Parts: sequence; structure tokens; C-alpha cells
Amino acid sequence: MKLGFLVDLDLCMGCKGCEVACKVENNVPLSSWRLRVKYIDQGVYPNTARTFTPLRCNHCEDAPCERICPVSALHYLENGIVNVDKERCIGCAGCMMACPYGAIYMDPVTNTADKCTYCAHRIEGGLMPACVVACPVEANIFGDIEDPLSHISRYITKDKRVQVRKPEKNTKPKHFYVGGAQAQLNPLAAKRVQGYGLFNNITHLKHIGKGH
Amino acid sequence: MVEHANTFNNAIVTLDVALPGVIWGWMITLNMWAKSIATGVILVGGYLIARYGSENLKGIKNIVPVVAFIFLNIFLLFTLLDLHQPQRMINIFLHPHFTSAITVGAWLATVLTGIISYMTYLVVIKKDLSHPYDKLFKAAFILAIPVTLYTAVIMGETSARELWQTPAELIQMALAALLTGAGTLAFFSKNWSKEARKDLSIIIATSAFLAFVMYMGEYFFSWKLAEAEATLAQIHSGGDYFTMFWTGQIIAFIIPLVVALKAAKDGNGALLKLAGTFAIAGLYITKHVWLIIPQLLSLS
Repeated sequence: MKLGFLVDLDLCMGCKGCEVACKVENNVPLSSWRLRVKYIDQGVYPNTARTFTPLRCNHCEDAPCERICPVSALHYLENGIVNVDKERCIGCAGCMMACPYGAIYMDPVTNTADKCTYCAHRIEGGLMPACVVACPVEANIFGDIEDPLSHISRYITKDKRVQVRKPEKNTKPKHFYVGGAQAQLNPLAAKRVQGYGLFNNITHLKHIGKGH
Repeated sequence: MVEHANTFNNAIVTLDVALPGVIWGWMITLNMWAKSIATGVILVGGYLIARYGSENLKGIKNIVPVVAFIFLNIFLLFTLLDLHQPQRMINIFLHPHFTSAITVGAWLATVLTGIISYMTYLVVIKKDLSHPYDKLFKAAFILAIPVTLYTAVIMGETSARELWQTPAELIQMALAALLTGAGTLAFFSKNWSKEARKDLSIIIATSAFLAFVMYMGEYFFSWKLAEAEATLAQIHSGGDYFTMFWTGQIIAFIIPLVVALKAAKDGNGALLKLAGTFAIAGLYITKHVWLIIPQLLSLS
């Protein structure tokens, strides 16, 4: 069994329910996110559009974070999840430097690396990840990508617009998107203007964890 | 802000979380800089002893282990301090993951530090430079090579930062060690032969020239990868770190190159020390800029 994730961006309406559910389920501290929804505006008035992109760990088959971790704090589970052992992590931040998707953060409370684990603790108990449960439009699709009859496998087979982020990195992500435009999945294709945002003007954290 | 985006028809991020800023900062620069000096002193010192004999290089068998010991400890101290959980450093030995260059480097650096520490003990406490010293020096010389190079492999493993390519970084690390090693030994070369001082000048000039050429190649010509191009475009356009980049290049490479060539020609010890001073100071700036700039891009 290899677990994978697919987000249908045509369905996502940017409600951030998944983001909040993830925060609550995993007790993610302030200023940190395992999962976030990015808003991007495109076009020229009156032809404008706002898009929403949930971003989380891609659980790569060839994960650079797993390779660089000096103590195997980041490790593969049998079901393909790239998991974190926070008790073992030494906080070198090598994984943060290695992850091409910026999906790993330094937990300011524990001073260890952390990231989305596809709610591995819930899966172990036979539950779906919290973000999947919270999504009101079923844009988050989660399941076994090795099972050809699973919902996610049928989605991947059926929809020709399935893509992954940064395929050129050869990390073999197990997180797929349907319907995304270039600006949504490529961070260089959208401007990030320092000092402007809908609700705040902070675009970069000045510190990475406690004491740094 | 949305109006701004519409006006220019650009895709623009209108709502997102704050992203991490610089993750590896000045402590990692200091790590690389101190390691270059420590390993460089061993490598250049070993070369000079092999070529001229320690009897013609007054005090070199004392200088090399003591200087290497000091800078290896600076390197290890700041590596430790940069960790968010420094007390768990022991996990690198208890739970090693050998696909990581961090692990391999830590093990090698620990063995090298052990050898250099014992050599320092022989020099400072026992004052015995005979049998075990020479064997230990050979081992230290061999180990200094991978220890100086492994950081380049770490940078290569950080696949999020396309600017750092292992082959180029390996050569840059080797040149940095030779540059700072010769620059440091220049301060102790007053009573050495003219030929040995000339060799130090030539090592400084050659490594400065080659490192400068490599940086220019990387800076202007090499990259086709989108993120690396975006990183460099930001610097080329006079953005953050533009001035620092060129200041580093001039202080670390251009000035030492010119001054060391003059020192080689005139046999002037003062000029040799001046070249070494600029090389050592400038290398910190150069390493720091190159460490920081790939971290300025948003990854997601």
C-alpha cells in the first residue's frame, strides 16, 4: 500500500477548513503550518480570477529531507508516508534546506522539525486525515495509489490534467493536483509583494525557532 | 494591492502564511570558514613539510596542530550552537543515517579532531614530535581532504537550492582551504626559507584566481535551472547582497591575487601576510553571500 493525496483545484473554494482542521488536530503552534491554502489573483480587470492552492508535504518517494536527515528523524513508513520522529530530531534544519516545496518548519515550541504526516496517527487508527474530513467539497482525495480501484487511483487515471509540483526535481511526489495553473504550483510564477496581503503584511518570518 | 496586480496582469500572492526567512545563517558561514582554515593549514602545512622538510620550516610541526585544533573547535562549537537541539547531537553517533553528508561529515570531523587534539597534546604538553606525531600527521592530512569537502556534498543534498551544485562546490571548498591555509601559515613564515614563502604566495594567488574564475562562471554563465536563474537575477539586478557579493570577490580573491603575485616576485613577507589577511577576511564574506542568496527565494 502506498498512500497518496490529490487535490482537485477546480473544487477548492479557499475556505481554509483543511488548514484549521490540521492546526487543531496536530496542535500546530502559532506562526507554523503543516498545511496552508495560498490565494493567488490573476488577470486584468474585469477578467480576473482568484485561485486557491492547498500546500502540504508531498511525501516524495525519493525525499530529499529523508536523505539529508543525519539521524533518520525523517523516515519512511511502510505505507509511503514520510514521518517525523520529533524525539530524535537534532534541529539541524537540513530538511528545511533540502525540501524543494518549503513544506517543513521548525516547531518553535519543541525546536524540532515538523511537517504534514498525512495524519499518520489517524490513519493508524483507521481514520482519514483531518483535512480530508474537514473539506466541505471533497476537494481533498486521499487513498492507496497502488490500488487501481481506489478513488484516488481512478481520479489519477481518469483526469489527464493531473500534475505534481516541481517534477523536474525528480523527488517523485505522492501528492497530486488536478486543474492547477502554472501560477498556482510554481512559486516563481506569482509575485509575492513584501508588505502587502489581504489580512497582514508579514511575508517572511524573522526567526526560525527559539534562539535563532 | 489587487488593483496593482490587475494593472500589470501579474499573478500575485494575495493571501498566504509568512514564509521562513534565512534558515542557515552566519553560524554556518563561520562553520565553513573555520573548517577551511583548519583543514587548509593541515594540507598546506603537509605539503610544505614534504617539500622542504620540517627542519627548514621553523616551528611548523607546532603551528599546524595548534592552529588546526583551535579552528576545528571553532567549527565544531558553532556547528553545535546552530542546532536547535544541541544536546541531541549524540544522536548522530547513536542513530547515524549514512545517506546524509551531515552524518558522514560529523563522523570524519570527529575523528580528525581526535587526531589533531592528540597531536596538540604531543606538541604542547609532551613536547614530543617524534614517532607517533609523523604517523598521526599523515592520517590527519588524508582526513583533512574529505573533511574540507563534505560541506559541498551537504549543499548538493539540499536539492531545494539549485544554485549549489556539488561539483562546483567541491572545488570551491578545496580552493577555500588552500587559500586560507596558505594565508594563515603566511603569518608564521618569517623564519622560513624564501622558497617556502614563495610557495605560499603562489598557492594564495593560484587558489584565489581559480576560485574567482569559478564564481564568475557560476555567477554569469552556468545556470539554466529556473530557481538558480531567479536567485542570480535577483543579485544581478542590484538586489540584496549585490554589494556584499562583489566586496567579497574583491577582498577574497582580487586583492590577494595581486598582492600575492607581488609578494612572490619580491619575496616580501609583509605583502604575503597582507595577502593572507585579505584572503581570510574576504572568504568569510564570499561564503556568507553564497550561503544566503539561494535562501531568499520562496519555495512554495
